[in-house]
Amino acid sequence: MGSITLKNVRKAFGDVEVIPGVDLNIEDGEFVVFVGPSGCGKSTLLRLIAGLEDVTSGQINIDGQDVTDAGPAKRGLAMVFQSYALYPHMSVRKNIAFPLKMAKMSEAEQEKRVAHAARILNLDNYLDRKPGQLSGGQRQRVAIGRAIVREPSAFLFDEPLSNLDAALRVNMRVEISELHNSLKTTMIYVTHDQVEAMTMADKIVVLRAGNVEQVGSPMELYSKPANKFVGGFIGSPNMNFIVGEGAAKHAAHTIGVRPEHWQLSTEGGEFSGTVGVAEHLGSDTFLHIHLDDGTPIIARAEGERDIHHGDKIFLTPQDGRIYRFAENGLAI
Amino acid sequence: MARAVSTKTKIGWTIAAWFVALLIFFPILYAIITSFKTENEAIAGFDLIPSFTLDSYREVQSQYNYIRPFMNSVIIAVGSTVLALIVAVPAAWAMAFSPTKRTKDILMWMLSTKMMPAVAVLVPIYLIFLRTGLMDTRTGLVIVLMLMNLPIVVWMLYTYFREIPGEILEAARMDGATLSQEIVHVLTPMAVPGIASTMLLNVILAWNEAFWTIQLTTTNAAPLSAFIASFSSPQGLFWAKLSAASVMAIAPILIMGWFSQKQLVRGLTFGAVK
Repeated sequence: MGSITLKNVRKAFGDVEVIPGVDLNIEDGEFVVFVGPSGCGKSTLLRLIAGLEDVTSGQINIDGQDVTDAGPAKRGLAMVFQSYALYPHMSVRKNIAFPLKMAKMSEAEQEKRVAHAARILNLDNYLDRKPGQLSGGQRQRVAIGRAIVREPSAFLFDEPLSNLDAALRVNMRVEISELHNSLKTTMIYVTHDQVEAMTMADKIVVLRAGNVEQVGSPMELYSKPANKFVGGFIGSPNMNFIVGEGAAKHAAHTIGVRPEHWQLSTEGGEFSGTVGVAEHLGSDTFLHIHLDDGTPIIARAEGERDIHHGDKIFLTPQDGRIYRFAENGLAI
Repeated sequence: MARAVSTKTKIGWTIAAWFVALLIFFPILYAIITSFKTENEAIAGFDLIPSFTLDSYREVQSQYNYIRPFMNSVIIAVGSTVLALIVAVPAAWAMAFSPTKRTKDILMWMLSTKMMPAVAVLVPIYLIFLRTGLMDTRTGLVIVLMLMNLPIVVWMLYTYFREIPGEILEAARMDGATLSQEIVHVLTPMAVPGIASTMLLNVILAWNEAFWTIQLTTTNAAPLSAFIASFSSPQGLFWAKLSAASVMAIAPILIMGWFSQKQLVRGLTFGAVK
């Protein structure tokens, strides 16, 4: 079991309020991603749940138990750190077995669980090595192994992939998702990368300056962003925002159109502009366009479109794909 | 970044470096040479070629028992080091991983005690030793040398501990380790290189300490530093014998230093280069 509830959790470091007050429900077995720009308090929130930081006020419940004042070890959670935080003087085997040793488990049981974790994570051949002799991806697996063996009620991941190179990051992303599918344990995952959030999460919590901006499934956030911030943060490349006359036509202060939601034409359309840079990726072409009033726009076109710097282009938003925002940023 | 240096300049610097090294080492070298001279040769004047007699060594060993001060030195150096580590490891741990606003001040204050001349507290300590019966005991010297070196030990350990990433200790906490388990299983093994060089340096400092050992001992607890001093006797100076005693006193620590020089250098420059 691993349901976690935060009730008006607040955290201040001295006079600086990092988390002004968060309410959140995490169901058992959910994969929840905290996402937001750096400094938004997502790591602090995770550390509050872990018990590595004390809450200033509010309550944290795990499986109905109030753990607000319990130490990290008492909460039954396991954490994977950004730096992996492996014990450099211990072999992989001892690293993975460490939490079991601390729990005073029998040697035989330790052996069994380590072997099981090593098999799941493809670490069988590396058990006697030291962390220093492993690659980044392998170290990450050891860190996950150390978390798995405890059979925690929830896993906490703090930007676990940010130290890996791009290709490995995609692999590990899939591996962690598969791990979640097979273990069915609650996972809370912190990242600043909205692609990780979109691809892995059952539920995304978007944070800004310690405030929860929106909570929902990836597709909910994509299709119904609650405000301009969420609209701009979710989706890649970012949503385009148009203010002024162009927005007024749609009875809004600002309108947002995703790069993939433009109809492009060389003859005519709602907006007109000039192509600044055309990025031909093969599968897609990303056009960096300057509208006539200077607003920069990114539009996605099909991969083999023959279009280049300096070409004149017309853009029209697809039907029903316009996001309208009021002056205060909230969606209309 | 390496700079291109001409061979000529390199040779020039090498010679200069050797010259400076020799200059620094010369007093020790001359003591070694003198220890192989006869007393007459020793007072005759500057001469680098001794007659290679072992008389002085023989006499030092027959008149005075070398083994007793040697054992005292070992016990005092090792004892004060072990005691200092027992106190300093938790202290440095607390200062490195849960610092408060005053931590830096406390560290500075501890270091400031080393700026005071030791003789300033001689009388109080002397009186305390007299009253408590610690005078001329190994226990007394272990305690006083431990206290004298404690600020340096805490400082060195604090610097090493600061290099250990906090996330690893947090990981241990998440893994269910108690505070003492965290120190025993994670922190200490990771700090071993630092602790080892601190230990070596402290042994050397304690071994060579001559102020307190001479003031607070007579015969029973006198270590090698006091043993050397006893040769500058009122009957006049016997240079060859004094040199032989000095060589016998410094030989063990020189040998230890030689074998552990890698560890020492690594420890002293730890964290300086990333």
